[in-house]
Amino acid sequence: MKTIKELEEIRKKTLEVVNQRKDRTTTRIVVGMATCGIAAGARPVLLAIMDEVSKLGLTDVIVAQTGCIGLCRLEPIVEVIRPGEEKVTYIKMTPEKARRIVKEHVVEGKVVDEYVMHVVDGKVLNDYSVQND
Amino acid sequence: MAFYRSQVLICGGTGCTSSESMIILQNLKNELKKHGIENEIEVVRTGCFGLCELGPIVIVYPEGAFYSKVKPEDVPELVEEHLVKGRILKRLVYHEAMEDDRIKSLNNFGFYKKQYRVALRNCGVIDPENIDEYIAFDGYKALEKVLTEMTPEQVVQVVKDSGLRGRGGGGFPTGLKWELTAKEKAAQKYIICNADEGDPGAFMDRSVLEGDPHSVLEAMAIGGYAIGANKGFIYVRAEYPIAVQRLEVAIKQARDYGLLGDNILGTGFKFDIELRLGSGAFVCGEETALMQSIEGKRGMPVPKPPFPAQSGLWKKPTVINNVETYANIPPIILNGSQWFRSIGTEKSPGTKVFALGGKITNTGLVEIPMGTTLREIIFEIGGGIPKGKKFKAVQTGGPSGGCIPAEHLDTPIEYDTLTALGSMMGSGGMIVMDEDNCMVDVARFFLEFTKDESCGKCTPCRIGTKRMLEILEKITQGKGTLEDIDKLEKLAKEIKVSALCGLGQTAPNPVLSTLKYFRDEYVAHVVDKKCPAGVCKALMRYTIVDNICKKCGICAKACPVGAIKGRVKEHFEIDQDKCVKCGACMEKCPFKAIIKK
Repeated sequence: MKTIKELEEIRKKTLEVVNQRKDRTTTRIVVGMATCGIAAGARPVLLAIMDEVSKLGLTDVIVAQTGCIGLCRLEPIVEVIRPGEEKVTYIKMTPEKARRIVKEHVVEGKVVDEYVMHVVDGKVLNDYSVQND
Repeated sequence: MAFYRSQVLICGGTGCTSSESMIILQNLKNELKKHGIENEIEVVRTGCFGLCELGPIVIVYPEGAFYSKVKPEDVPELVEEHLVKGRILKRLVYHEAMEDDRIKSLNNFGFYKKQYRVALRNCGVIDPENIDEYIAFDGYKALEKVLTEMTPEQVVQVVKDSGLRGRGGGGFPTGLKWELTAKEKAAQKYIICNADEGDPGAFMDRSVLEGDPHSVLEAMAIGGYAIGANKGFIYVRAEYPIAVQRLEVAIKQARDYGLLGDNILGTGFKFDIELRLGSGAFVCGEETALMQSIEGKRGMPVPKPPFPAQSGLWKKPTVINNVETYANIPPIILNGSQWFRSIGTEKSPGTKVFALGGKITNTGLVEIPMGTTLREIIFEIGGGIPKGKKFKAVQTGGPSGGCIPAEHLDTPIEYDTLTALGSMMGSGGMIVMDEDNCMVDVARFFLEFTKDESCGKCTPCRIGTKRMLEILEKITQGKGTLEDIDKLEKLAKEIKVSALCGLGQTAPNPVLSTLKYFRDEYVAHVVDKKCPAGVCKALMRYTIVDNICKKCGICAKACPVGAIKGRVKEHFEIDQDKCVKCGACMEKCPFKAIIKK
């Protein structure tokens, strides 16, 4: 059984993990895993990210699942929060795209511009899925 | 994994494909080979960009140059200029580079600008299967507060003062419900969470349970303390396997931490929660039927009074609230009733979660302060109607609700305003309809649902919905008369006042509201034998417009039943008796010479 004091300690300790602000010390990668995300293919995306993180031997990265981010139409959504940076939201993810994000954004710190939202006249332009030729 | 230096995306949606995007794709591949750069540039065919009016569209990354209305003969120049010399081809560009339009974080997207998240505060932020992350965002702090600093009466008072109303749709004041149950003298009381979300097009309860299950557990423990119950039940649909699994994980974690069970946080308070799975009967979302179902009986409503507050589960005093109602409780306890009252309107404080669906650009989940107008939700947050179609109506409140037409779009959303329009708040499903929806057909769809889901206990609902559905089917098949419309209206009004439970009493709402606002469509079906939206198959005719038709015969080849007769270069005609109205000819005609009306 936890006491109120223990809860307060958990609160302090975990706040760093879930903190979305710039003053984080570790990188957090979040994958939307509500029914809508899973239906759009979030599970292979999450597995690809975890695989890539372990392949590259990244230790200061937290990979987490989360519930509904709210924009079902742009799922699978992946959000990356790096220390000292604004949160970056990537939309319409695939396992390949997600691996690229781990390599380029998480490791090298270069935001993969192609996969963030592009909005022109209030319309999201990169709201598409890749089809095979 | 090879990385290309540049990617060219070509829209492969229907709109762009019909305007030669596939030829462009082929030309592009040829040109790249010609310049010997086919291994440096990746060519990707995509699904629809949703901007068909600008098609064919070609986007070149990493610059994000957005070319619109590209023709096959433009391709050599485009490759030469952009991909070989690296210069943006100004002539075709719609947007030079999307540098300034890149929205790095969802929080800066218009979709979120008008939202205010209370019930969904943790959804999409925390890991629902990790209790520590919930605790980090002040989770279980409200429970701490009530157990250590407040009496049960004070908790009830705060909820009462906040003005929180039932988010399941009825809008009964939550604090009052708690107070009535707290006043009852009984050795055993229960608290129930109604997570039997059955409305077509509603998924906000599911999202809360999947995204933030602990907030419901915490709120139920707070409620248990307030009313004097030591046992809670969550009645959740078996059709929500992910929600069920996450609830199971959450309950286990809460027990491990001693936040459920005996002597919670060392205060001596005892409270535990059990899950009960509902097997998909819509009527089990009605509170009295739900309790019957938990007791192991067949889920059928029982007359009220006695209300659950006096005699509920196993005849004991019971509080029963919806998932979203509970999700609001911890923030109310922590921030106080005045804070909650500062959001929303006088009569409906707080926020409401809506599930946006149907003909709307941004399908998804939104949480807005009460008093936001329908127009703001649909056009500013929801991004309007796709494909430039015209808005016709919005259906709120599921099978118990009604359709609200365009002239009432500026109505602020509150329990009472929606009821006054002949709809209701309902659980929060919001289905948007455009000019292609037939309102008679919509009414028929909802009636079919309520007829199927009627438990059959009371005659008005069991037989009445069946009869109403028969009349609606008659009308959609073009066999209706004006008397049928009157009879339908009479039946609807009778059922409204005579059915046993809330589901039966509200079942006629879709019919009554469409009759009120779209009577002309009913009349068109009955008198002109036409379906203005072109939905009701029996009333539709496919015809070939002779002066557009190029007499090529593609339609005749496409017709699966051989209903199109004629000779190439002369004339083609559709035999209406043979036609099965599948629309294959219309789809295949390259000249849009076939119309349905």
